[in-house]
Amino acid sequence: MKLTGAQALIKSLEMQGVEVVFGLPGGAILPVYDPLLDSSIRHILVRHEQGAGHAAEGYAQATGRPGVAIVTSGPAATNIVTPLADAYMDSIPLVVITGQVATSTIGTDAFQEADTTGITMSITKHNWLITDANDIPRVVREAFHVATTGRPGPVLIDLPKDVSNASMEWYWPRQVSLPGYKPTTKGHPKMVKEAARMIAAAEKPIFYVGGGVLRAQGSDVLASLVELTQIPAVTTLMGRGALPDSHPLCLGMPGMHGNYAAVTSMQKSDLLIVLGARFDDRVTGKVDAFAPFAKVVHIDVDPAELGKIRHADVPIVGDVRSVMEDLLVELEAIRGSFQDISLWRKEIRSWQDNFPYTYDRTHEGPPLKPQYVIERLRDLNTEDTIVVSGVGQHQMWASQYWRFEKPNIWINSGGLGTMGFAVPAAIGAKVGRPDRTVWVIDGDGCFQMTAQELVTATTERVPIKVAILNNAYLGMVRQWQEMFYDERYSEVYLSPDLPDYVKWAEAMGCVGLRVVHPSEVDAAIEKANSITDRPVVIDFRTDTHEKVFPMVPSGKSNDEIVLGEEGL
Amino acid sequence: MNAESNAIVPIGGAIRTPSEFRHHILSVLVENKTGVLARVAQLFSRRGYNIFSLAVAPTDDERFSRITVVVDVDTAPLEQITKQLHKLVNVIKISEIDPDEAIEYELLLATVAADAATRAQVIELVNLFEGRIVDVGSTKLTVMVAASPSHLDDFEALIVEYGLVELQRTGRVALQKLGKPTTRRKQMKGKVS
Repeated sequence: MKLTGAQALIKSLEMQGVEVVFGLPGGAILPVYDPLLDSSIRHILVRHEQGAGHAAEGYAQATGRPGVAIVTSGPAATNIVTPLADAYMDSIPLVVITGQVATSTIGTDAFQEADTTGITMSITKHNWLITDANDIPRVVREAFHVATTGRPGPVLIDLPKDVSNASMEWYWPRQVSLPGYKPTTKGHPKMVKEAARMIAAAEKPIFYVGGGVLRAQGSDVLASLVELTQIPAVTTLMGRGALPDSHPLCLGMPGMHGNYAAVTSMQKSDLLIVLGARFDDRVTGKVDAFAPFAKVVHIDVDPAELGKIRHADVPIVGDVRSVMEDLLVELEAIRGSFQDISLWRKEIRSWQDNFPYTYDRTHEGPPLKPQYVIERLRDLNTEDTIVVSGVGQHQMWASQYWRFEKPNIWINSGGLGTMGFAVPAAIGAKVGRPDRTVWVIDGDGCFQMTAQELVTATTERVPIKVAILNNAYLGMVRQWQEMFYDERYSEVYLSPDLPDYVKWAEAMGCVGLRVVHPSEVDAAIEKANSITDRPVVIDFRTDTHEKVFPMVPSGKSNDEIVLGEEGL
Repeated sequence: MNAESNAIVPIGGAIRTPSEFRHHILSVLVENKTGVLARVAQLFSRRGYNIFSLAVAPTDDERFSRITVVVDVDTAPLEQITKQLHKLVNVIKISEIDPDEAIEYELLLATVAADAATRAQVIELVNLFEGRIVDVGSTKLTVMVAASPSHLDDFEALIVEYGLVELQRTGRVALQKLGKPTTRRKQMKGKVS
């Protein structure tokens, strides 16, 4: 069967089981958009290529399947660089297809030419420039394989226009042949045994649970491990929901804005059992002073993470789920010899009781306390609700105050910290999980970066809900200027009502609401929940002066955690 | 080479001392595809590692090329470098060759001032290092020496006395010594356990 390169691409995507692509057409990708008309694949037309990338990320995180974006060459390719870098940091499986100028004009500074594979080399797991239409099915097959196996991540296929137009004989490769790519999935049995021995002998062990557990779909095995060992677990920003927050041994978020019990239990621990986490600086604080008494069992599918920041006494390369299963078997066998750690649990429990997240609940308002808004959103929605956030204060409050009872319901930009992530990512999540309510918790600064994608949401009938915690500032930067720059506020003021978020929402076909007084919060949320045919935006006017606590100041040891205003 | 540095070079010493600092030789087998060198080179710069020298050529199997990278051990932990390299899809195999257990060779081309008065001395020096005269001008000679990097350092230190016009070295290639215990040769497959 003779096909054009473009037809072969679309057919290859169909063969990979792709149901939705996010994209925006242009010159070099034009040939690909023609056969798309005849395909079963749904195309979501975004308003900016960055939106396509983040939507694909949201889709991938909500569904566990790779997200796919198609954009054209040059500026479109550079616009999708941010989502690629974001997905690379947070290990999100993404397949991005970019158009490229014709092979004969590559290197001549042709119209809308950019060195896309060169630019994206260090922010993709791998990328391909296809120069022969016959390679298309093979490369697509390889691309999905690389994106979804081992440590998941973004890949990019650069497709020149003449290759899309060229003719090829259709085939579908039966298997992938990549001699240099063979991720280790099975943990080394001797190491697993040694890990089990150390876990059983530890007096102050802690599970340090990262996003890798979610990527490996290992929540249920983690729950069994925690049940068996009765060892408390912290869930990092990327790992929130891997263990239900209601679980008595779940300590919640550690790190710069983590709670006292999670931070301190790691500091005092004698054994960190690291599951799919990578000792991010936002978790460790000053590395030399992080968990100084702890030995480390580190389990990760990416061998380069082991020993990168912190020496691992027992390093285990493998799929986190598979290794946890093996570990469970080993631990079952020696369960009689477990160290009694009830005193350790009691100590942690006292920290939890004495130092929970707090804010001034007596404050009557207006303005609204942002934490209060999140608590009401949480309590007026079900456990199935998917929460998507941007980056900044609102992100930290969302992670602190939401109760994540299930995996893959918390979507945010962790590693790269991409402002503007939330709205497009929520669209992707809602497209992937139309059965779920999707709430965006966003800041006013973040919202302004990508809000135009709400036009996409309205047009494509993707009824997401957006809560803007509008404090009229780039709040996190403001917090740092207040705390560390003598309250010298430099370029952080945004204004509460310019733009007018309600009018803006309405202009984009959404329902726009404004909440100024605490008494109006519940009604607004309930109204938003009752609207299911279009997106809703609520402009919550929140307290400018509210800061995120606890806080470990940058570069300081986690022992120097600041609990609140009075600790400054 | 400036005059000052010429003045302080001891006989038999070296101007540069690449063999004295602790270096590592990585022999990286890669797929012979477009852009692979760029991926390897970019990874080094992206992760903040310094490449001391680099030699690339196809192997006897045309599907693969071999990149011989010499890394200054102080710039980065070697384990992290090899692990990151292994994550490149086009990298097939990485062997670390211990400098003490390696046959290291490098090629040097140099154009040297050599008039009637000094020509004989230059030729004698080249012969001592088992090099060859590969081009002859009226007042200059171009010479070629293939030797271990430290021998080349010595040669460089001596030849510079006559007046260097141009000098080019290839960066070393290396193979494991024969008949030695192979346990010294670490093969890194990206596995820690």
